[in-house]
Amino acid sequence: MKAIITVMGHDQVGILSTISTVCANYNSNILEVNQNIINNLFNMIMIINIDNMNSSLKEFKEELESVGKKLGMKIHVMHEDIFNSMHKI
Amino acid sequence: MINTNNIIETIDMIENEHLDIRTVTMGISLLDCIHPSIDIACEKVYDKICKKAENLVNVCENISNKYGIPIINKRISVTPISIISSCTKQSPIKFAYILEKVAKKCGVDFIGGYSALVQKGFSAGDKELIESIPYALAETNYICSSVNIGSTKSGINMDAVALMGKIIKKTAEMTSDKNCIGAAKLVVFCNAPNDNPFMAGAFHGPGEPDCIINVGVSGPGVVHSAIKKCPNSNMTEISDIIKKTAFKITRAGMLVGTEAAKALNMPFGIVDLSLAPTPAIGDSVAHILEEIGLEKCGCPGTTATLALLNDAVKKGGVMASSKVGGLSGAFIPVTEDAGMIDAARCGTLKIEKLEAMTAVCSVGLDMIVIPGSSTPETISAIIADEAAIGMINSKTTAVRLIPAINKSIGEELNFGGLLGSGPVMNVGVASPLKFISRGGTIPAPIQSLKN
Repeated sequence: MKAIITVMGHDQVGILSTISTVCANYNSNILEVNQNIINNLFNMIMIINIDNMNSSLKEFKEELESVGKKLGMKIHVMHEDIFNSMHKI
Repeated sequence: MINTNNIIETIDMIENEHLDIRTVTMGISLLDCIHPSIDIACEKVYDKICKKAENLVNVCENISNKYGIPIINKRISVTPISIISSCTKQSPIKFAYILEKVAKKCGVDFIGGYSALVQKGFSAGDKELIESIPYALAETNYICSSVNIGSTKSGINMDAVALMGKIIKKTAEMTSDKNCIGAAKLVVFCNAPNDNPFMAGAFHGPGEPDCIINVGVSGPGVVHSAIKKCPNSNMTEISDIIKKTAFKITRAGMLVGTEAAKALNMPFGIVDLSLAPTPAIGDSVAHILEEIGLEKCGCPGTTATLALLNDAVKKGGVMASSKVGGLSGAFIPVTEDAGMIDAARCGTLKIEKLEAMTAVCSVGLDMIVIPGSSTPETISAIIADEAAIGMINSKTTAVRLIPAINKSIGEELNFGGLLGSGPVMNVGVASPLKFISRGGTIPAPIQSLKN
């Protein structure tokens, strides 16, 4: 199973490193990263594998949200099924 | 592979366009709680609901977390209480108290089913229940009540219509210190659906399984912004845009419903795909109609645009899921919709136009504030008109009127929260007293003879 992390906000040093450290701490493998910066606005979509996580998705999400608050960025974590359900016939 | 645009679109729908799961409603049959002693029956009701619904709120919160989509309300609907109370041969008010207690215990937002189905006549317990409604709604906070007074198969029970005019007025009077809020929790139906997850009209109808999960999804804001992106589309294209959007919304509901049912170990019933507005800006059905091209909701063209919207929503929904049910369509509650409130305030939207709109929308005259001086027979006659539209057109229609006690046309009633606020609307002064006092039945129409 996969989850999608989206990160949005002002560009700064260390965003990718902070997020990927949280993923590593929860034993979640990063499968894909798509990142761009337009007018200093940082946008990233990260697809991760959550099969072997050492804690619940809820805790992982809360951790990332608190990291987001510290960085002043908006971070969402959503299970892939919501996108598959809504956008595939 | 998940498309990046789809990810951004979904997040945008939730963050900026108010996409949410409006309600996860657990339907619970209370038929096995029937007992001649009301105290024993109440005990059984309490135990059964507690057992079945104790995890409802937790499960919904976990699902909301997992998928990142808000679930606004968690609710319970039960078998119409008149059926459960009939053999006790006394006022069913004790059931209201026990339902209130169990709603608090389970942490749900509302519990629906303080109801009676009297479309063809009153059976034992029905009149007692209806007469207790004003007291039940005045003395509780979580209970919603509904009465079905007509159907295409049975016609309209005019004795019940006459009674309901008095009951609505009395309910408003008994809660006049709380903005007449009791009347906002009381719906009178024609062709009431058995599996509706939305309040105030939710009940767990006869023929439903022991327990079931029904889901109501919403998203007027999502439809609005999809149309806004296509300012030059013709009406055929608008219909397609709405269908595609409704498809996506329904799928989100289907996912949540299936997952909730699995976690709670009960069958999944239906997704009710209803564009249910809230007073928040960007969550209005009236604004969708205005985006299509009306200067103000209520002006000529309103019925046609609403008909297209309602139909396209259903079409998108049935493509997305084989389990679409309930009311499914577009709601037009006046006080709960920022655009409707505006249109009513400026006088473009009148009750006559609303009545025409109900012929093509998914429910009926909903959350309309009327003068406190309106007579019970006027209220009854409005119910009869609305029920006639439902009966002849084989559709659900409903009436939820709030007589604003001690207020008259031009003044406003403010409930706050999701119930919103609205101006007192004119219902005219000519009296239908003789028509309502005749009683009897409006016979079932020829459309009922389909066999």
